[in-house]
Amino acid sequence: MTLGEFLKAVTEAPGPSGYEEGVRQIVRSAFSPYCDELRVDPMGNVWAVRRATRRADRAPRIMLAAHMDEIGFVVKKIDAHVLRVSQVGGFDVRILPGQPVLVHGKVPLPGVIGSRPPHVLPPDEREKVIPLDELFVDVGLTAEELPRYVRVGDLITLRRGYVELRNGLVMSKALDDRAGVAALYSCLQELQALQHSWDVFAVATTQEEVGLRGAMTSAYGVAPDAAIAVDVTFGRTPDCPDIGTFELDKGPCIARGPNIHPVMFSLLEETAKRLEIPYQTEPIPGRSGTDAWAIQVAREGVPTGLVGLPLRYMHTPGEVVCLRDIERAGRLLAHLVATLDERVLSRFRAPLGSSS
Amino acid sequence: MDLNLLERLSLARGASGDEGAVRSILAEVVGPLVDELQVDTIGNLIAIKRGASQSGLKVMVAAHMDEVGLMVVGADNNGFLRFRPVGGVDARVLLANRVLVGPEGIPGVIGAKPVHLTSPKEREAPLPVEQLYIDIGAKSKDEALGAAPLGTYVTFDTPFTRLGAGGAQGAAESGRVAGKAFDDRAGCCVLAELLAESYPFDLLAVFTVQEEVGLRGAQVAAYALCPDLAFALEGTVCDDAPRPEGEDVSPTTRLGFGPAITITDASVVADRRLVELLMDTAEREGIPCQVKQPNVGGTDIGAIHLQRGGIPTAALSVPCRYIHSPESILDLGDLENCIRLMRASLMRLPSIPWKGR
Amino acid sequence: MEEVLRALSEAYGPSGNESEVRELIRGMVESYADELRVDALGNLMAIRHGPGKRVMVAAHMDEIGVIVSHIDDKGFLRFSNIGGLQNLTLLGNRVRFADGTVGVIGCEKLEDRSKVPELSKLFIDVGASSKGEVRVRVGDMGVIDRSFAMAGSRAVGKAMDDRAGCAALVLALRKMGECRHDVYFTFTTQEEIGLRGATASGFGVDPEVALAVDVTATGDTPKAPTMAVSLGGGAAIKVRDGGMLAHPGVKELLVRRAEERGLPYQLEVLEGGTTDARAIQTSRAGVPTGVISIPCRYIHTASEMIDLGDLESAVNLLLAFLEGEIEL
Repeated sequence: MTLGEFLKAVTEAPGPSGYEEGVRQIVRSAFSPYCDELRVDPMGNVWAVRRATRRADRAPRIMLAAHMDEIGFVVKKIDAHVLRVSQVGGFDVRILPGQPVLVHGKVPLPGVIGSRPPHVLPPDEREKVIPLDELFVDVGLTAEELPRYVRVGDLITLRRGYVELRNGLVMSKALDDRAGVAALYSCLQELQALQHSWDVFAVATTQEEVGLRGAMTSAYGVAPDAAIAVDVTFGRTPDCPDIGTFELDKGPCIARGPNIHPVMFSLLEETAKRLEIPYQTEPIPGRSGTDAWAIQVAREGVPTGLVGLPLRYMHTPGEVVCLRDIERAGRLLAHLVATLDERVLSRFRAPLGSSS
Repeated sequence: MDLNLLERLSLARGASGDEGAVRSILAEVVGPLVDELQVDTIGNLIAIKRGASQSGLKVMVAAHMDEVGLMVVGADNNGFLRFRPVGGVDARVLLANRVLVGPEGIPGVIGAKPVHLTSPKEREAPLPVEQLYIDIGAKSKDEALGAAPLGTYVTFDTPFTRLGAGGAQGAAESGRVAGKAFDDRAGCCVLAELLAESYPFDLLAVFTVQEEVGLRGAQVAAYALCPDLAFALEGTVCDDAPRPEGEDVSPTTRLGFGPAITITDASVVADRRLVELLMDTAEREGIPCQVKQPNVGGTDIGAIHLQRGGIPTAALSVPCRYIHSPESILDLGDLENCIRLMRASLMRLPSIPWKGR
Repeated sequence: MEEVLRALSEAYGPSGNESEVRELIRGMVESYADELRVDALGNLMAIRHGPGKRVMVAAHMDEIGVIVSHIDDKGFLRFSNIGGLQNLTLLGNRVRFADGTVGVIGCEKLEDRSKVPELSKLFIDVGASSKGEVRVRVGDMGVIDRSFAMAGSRAVGKAMDDRAGCAALVLALRKMGECRHDVYFTFTTQEEIGLRGATASGFGVDPEVALAVDVTATGDTPKAPTMAVSLGGGAAIKVRDGGMLAHPGVKELLVRRAEERGLPYQLEVLEGGTTDARAIQTSRAGVPTGVISIPCRYIHTASEMIDLGDLESAVNLLLAFLEGEIEL
């Protein structure tokens, strides 16, 4: 499967937080040729384990994490012929009216997010944002038919496919963070041609959008010696400030700040420079809001890095990324993995003394 | 108590995630006093002092090395640096303050428009941090980011000052000092002083990192060390400015009234047995102390008490006025009494029934 | 059932001060458990050993309350909240402290009576005429003082959140026959201030699967928020709440057990709030975790209302889960 084919398959699959089964299947079958072992842990995280090619008795472990869940909805009440819903993760409610969705009932039911027509509303109502409480999902069934197919608690995802735009940009739903999962896929492919002395645990995590919950537990389970999370970051558009946003096709972002071990930042930066992979620096002064935040404080602490893929229109059905940035991130990760040796472990502990 | 140590610690620059300078000073000072000294991967400095007797207890005492600060996140074409806070900085106190940028400590100032050019309306609202900038004298974006790349840490440029008529020389006549980062270099100072003694158990002194961004160093240290009990030493909120006539409300803590004992804060309900130990010890030894107002702030024990199967914890703090601003004030008597109370309480620790319910 | 619930509801136990509730429960379960343990944060575990999976069942002992922050010269107490106190419901309520001191919540003169007053406008009057007469100290915690009552088949009292869950655990433990699994009935502390007891006991118990039993809101009162749970509709099986998504396998197994035994149940999607299950689910490498909820009206007020039939179906559903095979 090419990177584009993988990205199409993985973004079009449904996988709202806590219910990632659809994506999990695709990830498992795509990752399995490139790893020695596949595991699914109690939170549903997929671990693709690639043992060190230069064997040691107990090789150190690097965990590479990207989350496979997407934001979506859950049915909170069946109200005559429509469904009242609650968010799983966070959409801007202004983008919702008229969006095509898929209701995961007894059978998948295509539907649309409905609202009352503007024609019947008083003028001042038309200027207001329609709150989620007044929106609903309509699958075209009658009030009698609906309860036979849908229960309270059934999940709903966006129904929007993968499209190629100009200049290597692609659009889909759930590129946050299936683009990151694609970077892991690309990294595993690259590693085929490389020697490495650490075990690689590529983990497609669950439940990131509801509190980094899969990363928290998989980091505990893997107990890595170092980790890198791959997530999307804000792409630059005319309506966003320059500070904190990044250009597409200028390479992945390498984060730094309290969430990032300075040695992981340096290793990523050195590797990018050595391979002439373009990159951008993303300063993060505190909580990164990514799996890296949870992984860093697992067990006794994990030296953690973060690679960001610039993405436009985050948390909408039309997210846009650059395929080349994903490839670059995959190469960067693979070559970083190949440079890891025993000595890196001692670099993670700052030397005592040497007062500055 | 070594005023010189407090001064060195206060002047050391160490925003959350960049505590190396503070760690170096502490390693040098406590190294000779302890049996074992380690740094873990997140950067905590762990100093282990073996107990004189075998009580079987392992007691962790934590004080955090990091301070609130700023981080460079961009620059404009004219060379002005843009920044965001690291930890809980009150944006209202930033304007026109001096800062030091990056590991070399490049001097700079948070620029402020002259009062002459501001409208009365503008002067009514504090500026959000997004509108502030640091001027290091750079002329272009490239020059600015060359000197201070994205992600560079910035700290306040604040001298250490002995207050009172005695002036800058010698002991502080008022018994009070001003400086930056007393939250929590005061706690670091107390913890370093405690290591001069031996205790009837293994003392795990942990100088933690990243408290101000979410108690992150303490969390992993407590997990790794699995202590039976833990304390945090803090420089805490003091709010004793005069209040309107007739208002009968306690301040969070008062300067000069002794160390403050936490009963609850936003992060923890302190273990009742340890709280009683601190209060009872203060009474026996005639050490002044005060109760910190409930529900204000949080400390490293907020993370520590939740590690593994749970750890009984308590916190003792030195009141500091104006914490999280460029300059804070503390009372050396409070600091001294914090050392005395913590030391005396630790000595009595094995005698209390802390196991089983 | 009513007597167990009454005793639990009326007991004093603000977050971090659960010892009275713990002793009460200890007395209720002692002769039914193989082993009792109390951990460092005060969680009580009543253990029934068995050959199967290690299962943790959690209900929290603590309740919301007040904490004294200042005593003024005239003997009035200022206070802060312990957990999600609702200011709207406080005025005129009685509070009780661990030492038996009773007080009344009063309010300063309000400039705007149409607004809910801030906590800083409220005070507690313990009947003292000076500071010297006040027995409670700064840092002491109080709870709402309200007796238990039956209203038809519905029970009304303070702290049904989560003493109703504690009652469900006590009743299930008493009714349980041969024990198929290794079951840790865990009565947790400090849930209302951040699931702290469950965070520690989740790690300590190290379960293979877990359930929390807690109350949930309903959507069946006049102009209630949209929610498909009603009082009297049976135990609710949680799909998600504000803090977690129940493990789909655990949720489906609960549904299957309810249907097999003909127990009334409803599926629950709650938009705010969460339970101990949130903390247990992410313990160590992760624990498949679900929740059995007891529908409850007027949560976090002095008069929380549950239906005894719902409590009974929660007890039976819990037993059905524990007595069967747990394959997820």
